[in-house]
Amino acid sequence: MFDISSIYQAQSVADAIRALEQDPGALVIAGGTDVLIKVREGKLAGCRLVSIHGLEELKGISQAPNGDIEIGPLSTFRDVTYDKIIRANVPVLGEAADMAGGPQLRAAGTIGGNVCNGITSADTASTLVALEAVLRVRGPRGEREVPISRWYHGVGKVDLAPYEVLTKIVLPRKGYEGFTGHYIKYAMRSAMDIATLGVSCLAQLSQDKRETRQVRLAFGVAGPVPMRAPGAEAAASNRPVEQALAAIGPAALGDVSPRSSWRASREFRLQLVEELSARALAEAMRKGGAQV
Amino acid sequence: MMEILRCTVNGRPVEVGIDQRESLADVLRERLGLTSVKKGCEVGECGACTVLVDGTAIDSCIYLGVWAQGKTILTVEGLQNENGELSPIQQAFVEEAAVQCGFCTPGIIMSAVEIVGSGKRYTREELRKLISGHLCRCTGYQNILNAVERAVNEAHKFVGREEQEQ
Repeated sequence: MFDISSIYQAQSVADAIRALEQDPGALVIAGGTDVLIKVREGKLAGCRLVSIHGLEELKGISQAPNGDIEIGPLSTFRDVTYDKIIRANVPVLGEAADMAGGPQLRAAGTIGGNVCNGITSADTASTLVALEAVLRVRGPRGEREVPISRWYHGVGKVDLAPYEVLTKIVLPRKGYEGFTGHYIKYAMRSAMDIATLGVSCLAQLSQDKRETRQVRLAFGVAGPVPMRAPGAEAAASNRPVEQALAAIGPAALGDVSPRSSWRASREFRLQLVEELSARALAEAMRKGGAQV
Repeated sequence: MMEILRCTVNGRPVEVGIDQRESLADVLRERLGLTSVKKGCEVGECGACTVLVDGTAIDSCIYLGVWAQGKTILTVEGLQNENGELSPIQQAFVEEAAVQCGFCTPGIIMSAVEIVGSGKRYTREELRKLISGHLCRCTGYQNILNAVERAVNEAHKFVGREEQEQ
């Protein structure tokens, strides 16, 4: 039995918001693959929970008439990976989602939880950052939208008030159209492991596929929160592909601030940043038709 | 914090009083006596507690029992046929000597049920990934992989789908 002092099963998003307003100390539980483990470990022992598990209004992935892709936050990693809209438009996000944990976890854990827990190693986070996703959250006074660049406040802290619920993860059309992407998760094991470093790269190429246009690069575990690498992006954008490949890694070193942890030292993470940035860019460009 | 859980377990409708704080693994083991559901790590890493919820393999140790309201649950106890014989998947594990201590076996068999049920063929590498949410400390996985492969291939003869839709 879990050490939970209360759990309220919300019947709708409005109901969940009401419950959270009444008890601002309560935590939202969605897929449970993160919260229940923290309860088990004792970190959240005795917590009060509001469950949004199974709320249909928070599921599903659709494309708006303007081309924006709207992901219901209760979509599981597996839902994201196998969704036709994601596969056709942003396969890199499905590939990243397919690297979290193992199959059973991916069938229960949600993409919304992956961005709401504010963890730097979250496998979908760096790709969502690179895609310039927008988080739509609802509270007692209605909805507001937060660009992902302003979402992460610190380790485990995101721009979500205690009485707010994430209702959509929006991928604006301009964030993904014309880009091909690649995510690399570096970990000790190929399943059931947490990223030592995560790198997501999106690239847009010139018509003749010989030059880059816009390049976007984002990291997990290269700092306290998932982050963009503006210096590396500038160094790799609008360059002949070979030059972009040579420039991106060294430039990325100026953007990141990894720390040493029991998983890996700062020095090793810096080496990964430099090497994997180039590998992710090469693969992203290859998917876009470049000869590299 | 008691609540009545109504769901279908191994083909039978079930109505059982549960505590809201119980995991589905607790409910299945303690309330319903389905002890094929093993509790190993209890943090969703080892896969010993894997059951199917509406056909999808999940770790029942990190799934609240109350979330199973109205759902269909399948455990290894639900696999044997009326005569008490093993299912072809269980039989494949026997044939390939894929069982040593047996603790991880029920969980892997439930994942295999989902894999086989897809009716698709998989490469060995794909199967490796599909069972990567299970830890086995005895066999080194080779015979387990052989058993899953055998079950997939045998089932494919009957319900095969050539298209790789997913």
